[in-house]
Amino acid sequence: MRKNIWMVLALLIVVPAMLFATSCAKKAVDTGESTTPAETTAGDTMDQDAAEKARLEAERIKAEEEERAREAARAAFTNEDIHFEFDSASLMPMAQDILSKKAGYMLAMSGMSITIEGHCDERGTDAYNMALGERRAEAAKAFLVNLGINPSQISTISYGEERPVDMGKNEAAWAKNRRAHFDIN
Amino acid sequence: MLKRVWIRNMMRRFFIGGGLLVGLLIVAPHMVNAEIKYFDLTNPFLRKIPMAVPVFQSLGRNPTEMGQVTPYSDELMAMLEFSGYFKMLDRGSYLHDAQTSGITQNSINFQNWTTVGAELLITGGLRMEGEQLVSELRLFDTFKSKLLIGKRYRGRIEDRREVAKRFCSEVLLVLTGQPGFFDSQLAFVSNGSGHKEIYTCEFDGKNVRQVTKKRSITSFPAWSSTGRHLAYTSFDRGPVQIIIKDLKTMGESRVRYKGVQIAPAWVPNRFQLTATLSRGGDQEIYLLTGKGKMIKRLTNSRGIDVDASWSPDGKKIAFVSKRSGRPQIYIKAIETGRVQRLTFEGNYNTQPCWSPKGNLIAYSSMAQGEINIFVMDIERNDPIQLTFNQGDNEAPSWSPDGSLIAFSTTREGKSRIYVMTAYGTDQRRLMTMPGEQFHPRWSPNIPQ
Repeated sequence: MRKNIWMVLALLIVVPAMLFATSCAKKAVDTGESTTPAETTAGDTMDQDAAEKARLEAERIKAEEEERAREAARAAFTNEDIHFEFDSASLMPMAQDILSKKAGYMLAMSGMSITIEGHCDERGTDAYNMALGERRAEAAKAFLVNLGINPSQISTISYGEERPVDMGKNEAAWAKNRRAHFDIN
Repeated sequence: MLKRVWIRNMMRRFFIGGGLLVGLLIVAPHMVNAEIKYFDLTNPFLRKIPMAVPVFQSLGRNPTEMGQVTPYSDELMAMLEFSGYFKMLDRGSYLHDAQTSGITQNSINFQNWTTVGAELLITGGLRMEGEQLVSELRLFDTFKSKLLIGKRYRGRIEDRREVAKRFCSEVLLVLTGQPGFFDSQLAFVSNGSGHKEIYTCEFDGKNVRQVTKKRSITSFPAWSSTGRHLAYTSFDRGPVQIIIKDLKTMGESRVRYKGVQIAPAWVPNRFQLTATLSRGGDQEIYLLTGKGKMIKRLTNSRGIDVDASWSPDGKKIAFVSKRSGRPQIYIKAIETGRVQRLTFEGNYNTQPCWSPKGNLIAYSSMAQGEINIFVMDIERNDPIQLTFNQGDNEAPSWSPDGSLIAFSTTREGKSRIYVMTAYGTDQRRLMTMPGEQFHPRWSPNIPQ
């Protein structure tokens, strides 16, 4: 499922690049038309100006797209939590997949530092959950360190049961709340 | 086995307070050392003693006194009723006009009281002397026609509640051998301001005061044995930190170690406390100075160790450990290092709280998705469930005399602070406040 996000990200960068030429040409024409007839006689200079403008415009769009892709990758990094079973800080296979992707991203963005928040569902009691939240965050950190991330890039904080994302009183809500969340510092 | 306990009637103690509030023994009864049977101490709440507290009398017939008689007697009655030991007789059920009767032993017709079922009677007489309110308060055993306590207090009208508390302490002392909990407070957490902050109130939920204004998540209040220091945790400067507050100077010290800092608990009669620290790794229980400096580590096992509670003699801690795979309660003797598992039923037992007498441990246990409060005798390991089928019931804390337990419950939907007797009876809400309330911690008796 989650691999699709990366394909979408890739497409976001590649597809606009492929469309680059066409969009470029169209823009050039548009720019030409927008100028007055008298000025069209200026010939080559105008054409060059238009081409230059179009090139700059295309670069701007490309930069925007790249920025958007970076933002999307960054958002994916912070939006995607890993989840845990009740009273457990063990990393389930899906959590490990997500962590591997996060490690890939962190390696690509060298030097970034993050904070991992450990959370629990409302069941259980407050002090124990504060400890369990820390173990969840530390488990995620240990996994990332094993994949080559420098431990100094990762800090952890436990919120125990203090910050649920879903206030529901059912297993679906509790499952969402038993999580580690990732923030880029 | 129902064992009747004879309680030594102790009349030797009386208060001489500082300042304006002075209590004097009016009459020294001749019955010192007499043995009186009042409560079955195996469960004193099973049969409540019927008590009458008629409206106090104005001795000087002056309007200030008249204005005090009803609220004063109501307040005193409510305080004693809070203990759970007494069944207060409805004033409408009295067969005579108590105002026409006297307030002293010789002027009371005790038959008027025994016929309506009152076994104990409290009378009060008020007299203004200048700016001072003089209160004469007496406790009688109606069947024996005997004065058990007679006290005269002098103080400002504003100190009325303090006077009532002192007399209530005397009443419990003579009837149970212990002065009760009337000089205690509770610290608790409330999010009524939009943030979890620490608050305190008196034993009966009155006079709520906000102690912290951290605008963060502030929780886990813990009283020192003198009641002077309050420790708690806060996220006000990033990751959770333990703060130790001197309630006299309002000065704060912070525990400065890496990793989580959870669940502070004071060592009885010492300026030291334990807390769970992870120091970036495994959560273990550490002993710290009252200023938050390291003394030593007390537990050492892989997995969570948390929620320490000291035995009243300061020789052992009860704590929660995941060393067996699930959170269970263990006891560790500090000197020998011997660790014993206490709970075996259920697979989520946390929040141990050692009783002031040392023989019981209250704790919370999760089963079938509900958390309930249990009490276990540490000798017999015989868990007794105190709350049933009413939401989650957590964080038990004993009153200083061990007769009551405060806890938080979601039985009304929102989390509230409730109080019950040590036997699970008389469960009632302590106060009404905006937001939700959590994690009550009962203080020792703090002399005013």
